[in-house]
Order: sequence, then C-alpha cells, then structure tokens
Amino acid sequence: MRIVRVQDAPFDFGAEAQSFADAQTGMGAVVTFTGIVRDLDGALTRMVIEHYPGMTEKALSAIAEEAHARWSLGGSLIIHRHGTLGPDDMIMMVATASRHRKDAFEAAMFLMDYLKSRAPFWKKEETGGAAEWVAARDEDEDALKGWE
Amino acid sequence: MNIMYFAWVRERIGAPSEEVETGAATVTDLVEELRGRGARHEAAFADLSALRVAVDQELADFDAPLSGAREVAFFPPMTGG
Repeated sequence: MRIVRVQDAPFDFGAEAQSFADAQTGMGAVVTFTGIVRDLDGALTRMVIEHYPGMTEKALSAIAEEAHARWSLGGSLIIHRHGTLGPDDMIMMVATASRHRKDAFEAAMFLMDYLKSRAPFWKKEETGGAAEWVAARDEDEDALKGWE
Repeated sequence: MNIMYFAWVRERIGAPSEEVETGAATVTDLVEELRGRGARHEAAFADLSALRVAVDQELADFDAPLSGAREVAFFPPMTGG
C-alpha cells in the first residue's frame, strides 16, 4: 500500500496515523513523522508553499517507489500540503510500516531526506511586511549523499 | 514548447509560464534564447548554479537534450518537508 497525497487542506495527523496503522497486516512497526511550520523568532505571519502540479505527485511516487525497493515495507504514506499555512500548522507527514522497526525508521528517514530536496516544493516565509523564499540548505543536499 | 517558472524565478520573469517556439537542442541553448527576451529573463537566468531544471516533469541537467520535449520548468533548489 502506497499513498501519496498533495493537498491544500489541513490533515488530521492522529486520524491519518491510526488509519494507516489499521490498514497494515503482519507488520510489527509503524513509524510516523510530521513536519510543522516553525516560527523561530516569533515574527512569522504565514508561510506560502508553492508546488509544481503534476510533477509533484510523480516525484513523490518515485521517492516512495525507491523506498519500497530498498526496504521491506508493508506500506508507506506521504502527505504534503501546499498553499498558505500559519505558525505551528502541520506541513507534511510520512508513515512507514514494516515487519521490523529498522526498515520502518530508515525508510521514513529516506523519504524525509528525499522530499526535502527532490520534491518540487518551495517555501516563502512572510514576516510583517517582508516576504522571503526559504533557501535550500547544504545540509539537506548532503543528507542525500548518505543514501547513494 | 511550454516553459514554466516557479518561486523567485516566476517572480523575476513576471509570469508562471509562456509558450515559445524554439529549435534549441539542449536546455542550455534554450536558456540562451530565453535570455534574449529581455531584462526580466536576464535577471532570472543570471546565475544558473542557483537554478534547477525539469524536462517533461523529470529533473534534468542543463546539457539535457530537448528533442521531443513539451514542457521545461525552471526553479530554485527545492525546499519541501
């Protein structure tokens, strides 16, 4: 079971995690992660996430496919939002299920690392009157090298 | 060919996409043609190391061939997650 969703609307992390776990059979481990809009200095008014419709779904599906090829997974879930978000809103979540926890943890890390730098999303932070595109970080690109 | 722009590239160009007639053999050739369209395009393509490109919705290199391509997108490094 592989689920990829790109959506404007908020999602219910608890309900999504429960539904994902309920759908698994014979799996000993479910790992979940969710990313949340940070407001490091209390000035963020909103974050706007732009994406590339069509390519986004393809890129996320390809990343999930690669995870399933590398690890023994019963299922995977990727939800990523676009549009306008506020501080402390959930941006995205991933979930992985496997017979043993190591596969689930590693696959979740892999999904996170790849969608940071290989899925066509761009974040713009608005603080007061200013708006600035979030720059890609070298650390995120370096994280991919560990999976090559 | 449909050319698409995202994030600050879109803002510099001033449009999310444009149709161009081109015989460019590679992405780099296409960039050279687009630069000739004016100051906005010059600004958007001033530093290619700050750009990424997708050909028909697959990440590609700037020396990628364009024969048969229908859609080329330019954007800054991605920041998902």
